[in-house]
Amino acid sequence: MSIHSASANTASHLAEAPYSPPRARFWGFEYIPAERQLLHSFLSNWLVLGALAMLILLVFIAVFAHWVAPVDPLEQTLKARLTPPIWNERGISPYYLGTDRLGRDVLSNIIYGLRISLLVGFFAVGISMIIGLTLGLTAGYKRGFWETFIMRAVDVQLSLPLIMVALCFMVIFGQGLWKMIIVLAIAGWAEYARTVRGTVLSIREKEYVESAHALGFGPWTIMVKYLLINSITPVLVLSAVQVPRVIILEATLSFLGLGVPVTTPSIGLAIARGYQVLFSGSWWASIFPGLALMLLVACINIVADWLRDALEPRSREQV
Amino acid sequence: MDRLLTVRDLKIYFHILAGTVRAVDGVDFHIDQGETVGVVGESGCGKSVTAMALLQLIPMPPGELVGGTAEFEGMDLLRFGSDQIRKVRGNRISMIFQEPMTSLNPVFTIGNQIGEAIELHQGLNPRQAEEKAVEMLDLVGIPDPRRRVKEYPHQLSGGMRQRVMIGMALSCNPALLIADEPTTALDVTVQAQILELMLDLQKKINMSILMITHNLGVIAEVANRVIVMYCGKIVESADVHSIFHQPMHPYTRQLLASVPHLGVDQGRLQEIPGAVPNLYNLPPGCDFHPRCAEAAESCQRRRPELNAMKPGHWVACHRAAGRGA
Repeated sequence: MSIHSASANTASHLAEAPYSPPRARFWGFEYIPAERQLLHSFLSNWLVLGALAMLILLVFIAVFAHWVAPVDPLEQTLKARLTPPIWNERGISPYYLGTDRLGRDVLSNIIYGLRISLLVGFFAVGISMIIGLTLGLTAGYKRGFWETFIMRAVDVQLSLPLIMVALCFMVIFGQGLWKMIIVLAIAGWAEYARTVRGTVLSIREKEYVESAHALGFGPWTIMVKYLLINSITPVLVLSAVQVPRVIILEATLSFLGLGVPVTTPSIGLAIARGYQVLFSGSWWASIFPGLALMLLVACINIVADWLRDALEPRSREQV
Repeated sequence: MDRLLTVRDLKIYFHILAGTVRAVDGVDFHIDQGETVGVVGESGCGKSVTAMALLQLIPMPPGELVGGTAEFEGMDLLRFGSDQIRKVRGNRISMIFQEPMTSLNPVFTIGNQIGEAIELHQGLNPRQAEEKAVEMLDLVGIPDPRRRVKEYPHQLSGGMRQRVMIGMALSCNPALLIADEPTTALDVTVQAQILELMLDLQKKINMSILMITHNLGVIAEVANRVIVMYCGKIVESADVHSIFHQPMHPYTRQLLASVPHLGVDQGRLQEIPGAVPNLYNLPPGCDFHPRCAEAAESCQRRRPELNAMKPGHWVACHRAAGRGA
């Protein structure tokens, strides 16, 4: 007889108490269900809320740069070169934050530069995450030679100074936005590989993975549905930290002339250009792009910090 | 009864830095259809390794299959390729584990997890598989299965999770269920329910059970035959009545003596003197002689073979022969 045709009340005498879902009192102290704790800790923190609002605003500005920016960022108006900000008596509309040495609008450069920064930040981190996840996951699952090979490659990658790697890359392939993104992606994969491999090593010993093997699941199912999904938290946390780091790196490389081409509006380039006239009194061309970069990175960092605390309660105690 | 599984001379060694651990060293046993065989022994005696080896779940390396066969439905399980053995796992032979709290993937609903095993082995579509998952939950006595099937493991108690595990393991009508300490982590009251459920379902599909435990009470409750293991070898094997009433191996007798009895003032609790020897540095002769009260000189020199003292009662002890029973 098949067990599937058996009647419903096989073990009704063993039945446990009737089920009722836990009641939540969201704003009270009594009980907050796990799925709402994230939202709760978020709403109760005004700093994070402000940072997130600002971040959304910055992303919005960057996405709609061509509508938001007052003038074309690359347009050079030599008559209006080194115009101070609008609140100075020599200020001219529409150059609200002044112009640089060649008469390019600082505000428009910042707005378009934000777009580049965010593009680089998200794509470089995304690509390095995909590479690192794949390599770390297979290394932790397969073990043996493959793991040794990957992890030694990680060691080599982490020991190379990024500026040198970027310099070599740019010399060989030339400059460009997507080349820049690829350089930063290559620089970042190693941390992902190391993190993912570490979590996979601990998760693969869990009983549900053992039991997945015993149920006859294949290696791909186990890798994706068991190991990968359960190591998402540290990956999210790492990504939140990596995005601002990559944005700063892009600005740094552009500042050094190793980043995007000079015809691309970038915050790093704007700082570099303003820097040349910084000590002759035209402070605005360098300071405002710097402040914008600081604001962007600070907002991402605050939100990322909150995310890390919320997802990993233990990290709060370890500080 | 028909023979379902015959294991002959199974040897699993682990190669570690300190040397070679002979975790399972020449184990022979068989399981008949519909029968429950209990395996008892102290921690590290090789009972789990034996069970996991049957499904090729031992990581190799560091493990090594040194020798032996496991004949199941006319084929040798130990020689299957990885694709073949995966078709057996969870389908013809299922396994449930000790720790129900962590045996389910925390990020998927239980319906999803049961359904996935059914989809894999029975080729049903996801909707049919979920229907079947509901049936299985009902069968293992989970109230309101239609709602439970959409819940996550953390919403279930330990006993319920073990029921889900059993449901998952039995969803493809296996011929053999390997239960590795299925009740150790549960409350005593829930233990009895789970054992009862397993025996109940066993009768329904005429399934065999290999029950691994160090709890002699569980063995007395469920097993037809008992295998006692020590240091990777079988020291005694007999039907459950003989094991409890006429144990012949000194280890079995000391094991039984060390079970505390309720309501009986025994004074000090009994224990077996000494500790389990290092598996990579076993004493010569009988593995048990350093701890054995009845050890003779011959026990230090020669390793005893497993001999039939009576029909169906096998003992590996030099001293048991003279004792008869």
